Amino acid sequence: MNNKFLGKFIVISSVISTLLILFTIVYLILEMYIGGRNYLTIEFLTSEPKDGMTAGGIFPAIVGTVLLVIIMSIICVPIGTITAIYLNEYANKKSLFTKSIRFAVNTLSGVPSIVFGLFGLGFFVQFVGGGMDKIFSSEGNLQWAQPNILWASFTMAFLTVPVVIVSVEEALRNVPNEYRAAGLALGATKWQTIRKVVIPNSISGILTGTILAIGRGAGEVAPILFTGAAYFLPHLPEKLTDQFMNLGYHIFVMSTQSTDVEATKGIQYATAFILLILTFSLTFVAILIRYKFRKKLIV
Amino acid sequence: MIKEEKILQKKFRLSEFIIEQFIKLISFISFAVIILIFLFVFREALPIFSQKENSAIREELKTESYGEEPTVELSLPESTLEKKAEEKDEATVKNLLGKEWQPVGLEPKYGLLPLFLGSLKVTFIALLFAAPLSILAAIYSSLFANKRFKELIKPAIELLSSFPSVVIGFFALVTLATFLQSFFGYTFRLNAFVGGLAMAIAVIPIIFTITEDALSAVPKYFSEASLALGASKWQTALFVVVPAATPGIFAALLLGFGRAFGETMIVLMATGNAALSSLNPFDPVRTLSATIGAEMAEVVFGDVHYSVLFFIGSLLFIITFSLNAIAEFYVRAKLMKRFRGE
Repeated sequence: MNNKFLGKFIVISSVISTLLILFTIVYLILEMYIGGRNYLTIEFLTSEPKDGMTAGGIFPAIVGTVLLVIIMSIICVPIGTITAIYLNEYANKKSLFTKSIRFAVNTLSGVPSIVFGLFGLGFFVQFVGGGMDKIFSSEGNLQWAQPNILWASFTMAFLTVPVVIVSVEEALRNVPNEYRAAGLALGATKWQTIRKVVIPNSISGILTGTILAIGRGAGEVAPILFTGAAYFLPHLPEKLTDQFMNLGYHIFVMSTQSTDVEATKGIQYATAFILLILTFSLTFVAILIRYKFRKKLIV
Repeated sequence: MIKEEKILQKKFRLSEFIIEQFIKLISFISFAVIILIFLFVFREALPIFSQKENSAIREELKTESYGEEPTVELSLPESTLEKKAEEKDEATVKNLLGKEWQPVGLEPKYGLLPLFLGSLKVTFIALLFAAPLSILAAIYSSLFANKRFKELIKPAIELLSSFPSVVIGFFALVTLATFLQSFFGYTFRLNAFVGGLAMAIAVIPIIFTITEDALSAVPKYFSEASLALGASKWQTALFVVVPAATPGIFAALLLGFGRAFGETMIVLMATGNAALSSLNPFDPVRTLSATIGAEMAEVVFGDVHYSVLFFIGSLLFIITFSLNAIAEFYVRAKLMKRFRGE
C-alpha cells in the first residue's frame, strides 16, 4: 500500500518536473515578447541607437553579432570538422594521443566562458597582438594589441569548437561502414574515400554543428567582455582591428550600467527577444536537420 | 609469389601521409588550447606570487624561478599552491585568504573568501532546484514516457540549453527578482536566491541530458529481468535502473556544479554583487566569476588587482577542470565495472 503511494508519487513528480521545464521555456519567450512588443518593428532592426541609447534601434549590434559569428565559424568549423574526422576515421581509439584529445575536447566544453575571456585577453590580445605589433607597427602604436573583433572571434571559436566536433562525430558515426568499404574496394585511398564518400554523407552533421556553434556564439557574452565588445560605436566595424557592438552585451550594459535603466526597459526586452529568437530558431533548424537526416538513414 | 605479396601490401603514398599528418596536427589544436589556457591565464596571475621580492623573500628562496615550470605548480591542489605562495609573499597571501574583498582603496583587500562563499551559495541553490527537477524529468523521459513525448521533451531541453545566459540573467534581473521579493518579502531585491534560481534554468539542460544518457545506457536486460520477476514499472525504475545509473547521475551533478560555479552573466546581473560573507540565501553575493566580469574592465593592466583577477580565473579553471576529470575517469571506470559484470 505504501509502495503504491510511492510509485504514484514518483510518476506524478516526474510529470510535474517535465511540465515545469516546458513551461519555463514558453514563459521566457512570452515574457520577452510582451515586454518588448511595442519596439519590435522593422525600423528597430534597421536603425541605429539615438538620443543616448534611449531611442532608435539595434542595427549595429545585429551587424556586430553577425560579423562575430561569421569570423568565428570560419575558424571553428574547419578545426572542429577535421578534429572529428581524425577522431572517427583515423585515430587509434586506444592510443594516448587520441585519449588526450578526447579529454581535451570534453574539458574545453566545460571551461567557464569567463575563463575563455581571460584567455582571449592574455593570449590573443596581449601575447599574439602584442607580438604582431612589435613586428608590424611603428613603436608605441597599438594596433593589434587591443580588444577587437578578430580576437573576440578567435576566443569564441575555441569556445564553440566542441559543439562542432560533437555534431560532426555523430554524423560520421552514422555513415555505415559498408560505404567506406565500398570506396576502398573500388581502389580509392583512405583520404579519397573520406572526401568523396564519408564527408558528403555526413554533410548534415557539419551543417548542424555549424548552426549550433553559431547559436552558441551569438548568445555568449562573457568571452567577449574584454576581447572586443563595445557598448556604443559611432560606425560599424570596417577592419578586423575594430571593436564591435553585440546583442548580448547590449542587453547586459543597458540593463545594469546605463544611467536610466527604466527609460530603456522596452528596448532591453525587445533586444533580449531578438537574441532569444535568433538562438532559438538556429537551434530549432539544427534539430530539424538532424531529425530529417536520421529518418533518411533508417529508410 | 613475391610480387603478389607486394600487391597486397599497403602502398605508401606521400599525399596520403601528408594529409593524415595534417589532420592529426589540426586535431591537436584542442589539446593545445587547453594547455594554452592553462599557461596564459596562470601567467598573468603569477605576479602576485613574486612581487615585493626585495622585502619579503628570504635568501634561500630567491634562486627559485616561478616561470620555469608553471604546469607543475598548476597541478598542485589549491591549498598547497597558496601555502607555497605564503612562503614567498606573506602580505599578498594573507590578503587572498582574508575575509574582505575591497580591491579599490588606499589599502586594497583581496580576500577571496566572500567570493568563494558567494559562488558556492549560488551553485548550491541552483542545484537544489535544478537537480530534482531535471533528474525526475530524465527518469520520466527515459523510463516512462512514450516515444512521442520523448520526441517533444528532448528537443525542448536542447532549445532550453540554447538560451543565452545573458537573457536568463536579464529575466532574473527584471522579472524574477521583483516577483520573488514581493512573494517572500526580503530586503534586497537582488540576492543569491534570485541568482541561484535563474542559474537553475541554465543548469537543468546539462543535468537532464547526462542523466538521460546514463539511464538509457543501462542495459535492457536489467529492467527486463526486474519486470519478469514481477516488479512494477516504477519499482524497476527506482530500484534497478536508477541505482545502476548512479555514477552517471553523479557525473551529471558534478558537471552541473561546474557549469553553475563558472557561469558569469547570470550572477553578474542577478545577485547584487556585494561581497558579503553571510550564509543567508537572501543576502546579495558576489561570485568569483562575476568579480572577473565586473572588474576586469576597470583595472590597470599588470597591477596587483589585475593579477588577482587572473588568479581567480585560474582557480575557476582548475576547479572545473578537476570536476570534469573526476566525472570522466571515475565515472567511466565505475560504469564499465558495473555493466560488464561486477
